[in-house]
Amino acid sequence: MIGRGATVPGAVGLARPHERAAASISAPAGKALELQGLTKIYGSETVVDRFDTRIQAGEFFSLLGPSGSGKTTTLMMVAGFAAIDAGRLLVDGVDLAAVPPERRGFGMVFQNYAIFPHMDMFENVAFPLRARGMPKALVRERVAAALDLVQLGHLSDRYARQLSGGQQQRVAIARAIVFQPPVVLMDEPLGALDKNLRYDLQVEIKEIQRRLGMTVLYVTHDQEEAMNLSDRVAIMSRGRVEQIGAPRDVYERPANAFTARFLGEANLLPGAVVTSCPGRVAFQLRDGTVLHADDPSTRTAGTEGELFVRPEKLTLHPLADPPRDGVNRLSGTVRRASFLGSVVRYAVETGSGALVTADAPNVAAHHHPELGERVALAWSPADTVILPPDAA
Amino acid sequence: MGRDRTWLLLLPALGLLALLFLGPLAWFLARTLFVETAPAEVPALFVDVLTARSMQVAALTTLWVSVLVTLATLVIGYPIAFYLANRRGWRAALVVFCVIVPYFTSVIVRTYALTVVLGRSGLINELLGASGLVGAPLALLYNIFAIVVGMAYVLLPYMVLTLYATMKAIDPSLLRAGRALGASPLYLFRRVYFPLSVPGVVSGSLIVLILALGFFITPALIGGPGDVTVAMLIERAVEILIDWPSAAVMSVVLLTATLILFAIYARVTDLRRMMGA
Ligand SMILES: Nc1ncnc2c1ncn2[C@@H]1O[C@H](COP(=O)(O)OP(=O)(O)O)[C@@H](O)[C@H]1O
Ligand SMILES: [Mg+2]
Repeated sequence: MIGRGATVPGAVGLARPHERAAASISAPAGKALELQGLTKIYGSETVVDRFDTRIQAGEFFSLLGPSGSGKTTTLMMVAGFAAIDAGRLLVDGVDLAAVPPERRGFGMVFQNYAIFPHMDMFENVAFPLRARGMPKALVRERVAAALDLVQLGHLSDRYARQLSGGQQQRVAIARAIVFQPPVVLMDEPLGALDKNLRYDLQVEIKEIQRRLGMTVLYVTHDQEEAMNLSDRVAIMSRGRVEQIGAPRDVYERPANAFTARFLGEANLLPGAVVTSCPGRVAFQLRDGTVLHADDPSTRTAGTEGELFVRPEKLTLHPLADPPRDGVNRLSGTVRRASFLGSVVRYAVETGSGALVTADAPNVAAHHHPELGERVALAWSPADTVILPPDAA
Repeated sequence: MGRDRTWLLLLPALGLLALLFLGPLAWFLARTLFVETAPAEVPALFVDVLTARSMQVAALTTLWVSVLVTLATLVIGYPIAFYLANRRGWRAALVVFCVIVPYFTSVIVRTYALTVVLGRSGLINELLGASGLVGAPLALLYNIFAIVVGMAYVLLPYMVLTLYATMKAIDPSLLRAGRALGASPLYLFRRVYFPLSVPGVVSGSLIVLILALGFFITPALIGGPGDVTVAMLIERAVEILIDWPSAAVMSVVLLTATLILFAIYARVTDLRRMMGA
């Protein structure tokens, strides 16, 4: 996506525009952002409940959660538009509670672009610089560099109504980084764009962030987007932080059923722990089947819970040709098959009556059973996690 | 296209408009200019009326008063509209009430009420006298000042409501973006809020100007003997001089000025839509 800039007229013979841009916008050091028990209460409702984390300088940190989970409110407290009801917010160790938004020095990008309609793109991007009283010549240079960075240098005299949503959001990004903020806040910046464009812009945002080294606090309800972009993700639900971790960790080793379900399709089979020695838990389903999970913690026998495994970890086998030993196995009857393109998703009814979802890659080498066919399901204990009982 | 009969719903309104406004107007103009006057004399009549000193003075007075009234309502109305657009709760409701209620009161009543405030022994002069700030009572009534105060008071709601509508439509996330990007509240107002409210300033001013041009009651009641507006001149031509042809010419002039302003107003409102406001 970034390479597209090479075709911009006038760029011939020079370095590619974004390389020029990156040279001129010297990498500002990102700053660490520390949220200590950050809390927001509206009326009787705790909208953000003791948010605790330390976001490293230069980290890409996402807030992920369904609508109404408190993501925007958290961002607004960080930006300074919502008062902090309890807890503290520190930037490189300095408390920000009494600092108004315009003096926090954060860049900000909104879902609806928030491009000033009465200014052309040049003036939009110049806005933060002019507000800081920067000399005209320097403004011109910085704005040109920032617009080059998002590959819109050729549209600097356009107005918002003459641009597509994707172009407007690129300008909004240029405007948010042109003054080299140590921290950039983004609230669902790609939420209003269609899928392909969303992916293109994710790549661009990530590239710009990597290049400039700023800290990004990013809000989204799209788990793929969060996983694609982030160094770490905080999964939120009803104001609470359910889990914080690297995308792969939270996806593969969710802390609870909510995270497991929110990040993608999840099989959650209720049962109880039978035995536990360090590294390996034996777990018995309600129908008596015993399955295993690689689990570093020891758990007391008899503890109720749910066994978690992602559908793509499961393989399907004809009953006549069962998988080898040393893996978790279940058998059942195929009840549904959904063709999703790269995979076929099967719903298999197991002995206990529970439906287990299994994804088979759409390649000829895989066994693709008929509806009603009896099959064996197999997966590794390494892909299995034992979760506490679903509180919800 | 042919199936769409919703325009039929407008029939009663169109009928009323035709019966009470367009009909009498057309009848009045046609009768006075084409029946009572020989067609060949009409151009001369226009020249006579337009070059008459009384008409020229009245036109200037009307324009001057209207511009002052427009400026006064703008200066007073802008902060009120800003307050209303940015506050909620009972205080804002109270302000809306105070702005709107006079709207429902007769213009004559409101104008006479002003004589109580502005008169030689009115409220203001009593207060000024009691405080010893002025020796003799100020002449606040029966002059241009009184006309401007009275008309501004009557026309203020139009300005406030027009400004309010524009300000309410300003996307709050633009203001948030501005603050977040480093603009102080004052800088934000100068570079973002005010420019975005300009369409409201223009249409509010045009509305007030249009209404002020045809104002009759207030200048007639609390203006001085020399403060004659075009509307008053028309009334005199009809009621006192019984010179209908002159009244017709002056009406055409006033109507044309109003329609031109209205055309501009319509264009501005269109522009607003283009700006996405
Ligand atoms: N200004 C406010 N007053 C009252 N409740 C609010 C306000 N802003 C947000 N909320 C409530 O806080 C909760 C979280 O909202 P929000 O932070 O916008 O969620 P998200 O961005 O995750 O969708 C919602 O239930 C919402 O109704
Ligand atoms: Mg939100």
